[in-house]
Amino acid sequence: MSTPGIGADQRGDKGGGSSATFRKIGDGAANVVVREPGRFFALCLDTGRAVFQWPFQWREFVQQAWFIVSVTVVPTMLVAIPFGGILSLQVGGLIRQLGAQSYTGATAVVAIVREASPLVTSLLVAGAAGSAMCADIGSRKIREEIDAMEVLGINPLHRLVVPRMFACAFVALFLNGLVSVVGLLGGYFFNVMLQGGTPGAYLASFNAIAQLPDLLQAEFKAFVFGITAGLVAAYKGLNAKGGPKGVGDAVNQTVVITFMLLFVENFLISTLYFQFVPSKGM
Amino acid sequence: MGVEIRVEGLTKSFGRQVIWQDVSLTIPAGEISVLLGPSGTGKSVFLKSLVGLLKPDRGHIWIGDRDLPYLPEGQLYETRKLFGVLFQDGALFGSMNLFDNIAFPLREHTRKSESEVKRIVLEKMDMVGLLGAEHKLPGEISGGMKKRAGLARALVLDPEILLVDEPDSGLDPVRTAFLNQVFIDLNAQIGATFLIVTHDINTARTVPDNIGLLYQRHLAMFGPREMLLSSEEPVVRQFLNASKIGPIGMSEEKDESELEAEAKMGHDPGKLPSIPPQQMPSNGLLRAGMHAPGAWCAAHGVTPPPGSFVDDLGRNWVEEWPRYVASMAPVGASSAGQPGGMPPGGPGQFPGNPPPGRPGGGAGY
Repeated sequence: MSTPGIGADQRGDKGGGSSATFRKIGDGAANVVVREPGRFFALCLDTGRAVFQWPFQWREFVQQAWFIVSVTVVPTMLVAIPFGGILSLQVGGLIRQLGAQSYTGATAVVAIVREASPLVTSLLVAGAAGSAMCADIGSRKIREEIDAMEVLGINPLHRLVVPRMFACAFVALFLNGLVSVVGLLGGYFFNVMLQGGTPGAYLASFNAIAQLPDLLQAEFKAFVFGITAGLVAAYKGLNAKGGPKGVGDAVNQTVVITFMLLFVENFLISTLYFQFVPSKGM
Repeated sequence: MGVEIRVEGLTKSFGRQVIWQDVSLTIPAGEISVLLGPSGTGKSVFLKSLVGLLKPDRGHIWIGDRDLPYLPEGQLYETRKLFGVLFQDGALFGSMNLFDNIAFPLREHTRKSESEVKRIVLEKMDMVGLLGAEHKLPGEISGGMKKRAGLARALVLDPEILLVDEPDSGLDPVRTAFLNQVFIDLNAQIGATFLIVTHDINTARTVPDNIGLLYQRHLAMFGPREMLLSSEEPVVRQFLNASKIGPIGMSEEKDESELEAEAKMGHDPGKLPSIPPQQMPSNGLLRAGMHAPGAWCAAHGVTPPPGSFVDDLGRNWVEEWPRYVASMAPVGASSAGQPGGMPPGGPGQFPGNPPPGRPGGGAGY
């Protein structure tokens, strides 16, 4: 018996200084531009397939939805109130100078329902729900629970990711509604109490510019944001490595990547919306 | 019982780093094999490749007539049901207590009634000595208990292949010896194919039927226990004797000058230590996969080092073996392979049965 190949090709990888640096940079760039998005897309496709696997994990879905609600509702409200207030303050002053004070309510509805509420929802979904989900899945990955699950013949995408993704989207729908209502209440309060607006005019102008499709597109955005946040959290969590620090890094990246994606998605959906749905004339 | 694993030309790399290449070996059905190797030679990666958690760059892994790395997902999940895997720290689900953890595969893959699930789970927990800890969460128990619970979970579906990743890491020697005895007894009972990845030389010398050694990105050797224990190959010899003398250095391989210095110092690997007798099942069953002591040496004209196959009580197992088999044969024929089968006389019927948890007294290491 001999030991084949002992001593061969073992120091092959220690290339010279500068070319090694370039190679490292090249590798890093390829990773960011091609490999990571590619892997993420692959995960999205796999998850899409797992959605149609029977049976749907209702229990996990309900538990996760409840968990997401518990970490997002209070912060969402606390963010929405000053948001509505600041809109009233900023726009209210300008609109009074133009002599259109009776339209304050209309601007508040347009601003909050169309843009502010999906954005606030996205902040909370990415920051609170996404990070918590990533931390959960990442720590399971580190403890080899995910591997164990696969070995036991269970697809973690079907078991863990799909219910979380839908829970996130489901809760985002309601968060969006919550932000709209709380934001409008905040705006009303600031307009009526602090800026001396009339309650009747604020309420009466509500549907002057806004229309039902505004709300529908906002809900659509919220749903898409929820799905995106769930997928990014799952992707980063399932690829966590290197112990507890790896999980921390994954959570950090989840929040940053989700923010960026959600803002881009928000922009795209708004643009398309204006193309397809004509604005209401006054 | 048990399934053969045939690995052909397996190569795995992460990025530019080659983990191992052209690994070919056949893990015989129903036998216990141990995979050794210095830290960082990719033993765990090999184990994970065998269950399809990692995809090799090249090569084949044949489980029966299925080539694991190239199976479509549905078939892969189906094939994995043949496997039980014990991960390094148990990999228990943190949100479930031990009972639910161990019942998990049963509830997922079988339609057994809850009372039957309970019976099986408690039986397996008893087997690994965890009765009474059913309601503990994985966060509340020690590493050794986690490992045993992981083993119980790997066993509930009566796997054909059991892969074990470092059963001895973080475990005291007594518990390691008990766990080794559990493996041997299990193998006698369910006849599954075992592959144990370990660093523990004592385990490697006394437990398996076959030993493999990964070194320098290659499989240095794989074969019957006696073949490796009597091998003059420097790497194998150094590793199996846990010696500083030999080609394996602290980080990787020793360089020329170090080896020369070693030679000048007059370091000599010395005589081969004797081959210890293999551990026997303590449950009175005969392991179908066990090789007769000394058979390989005799067949290949190798003279085992003096004192080989002699246990603590001074019995030579080459001579004891036929008598042992004869005393077990009627039992082995009727109840080996039946879970929980006990011979009429109970365990320890043959006086030469080494006590559980005590590997035979191999001298020289």
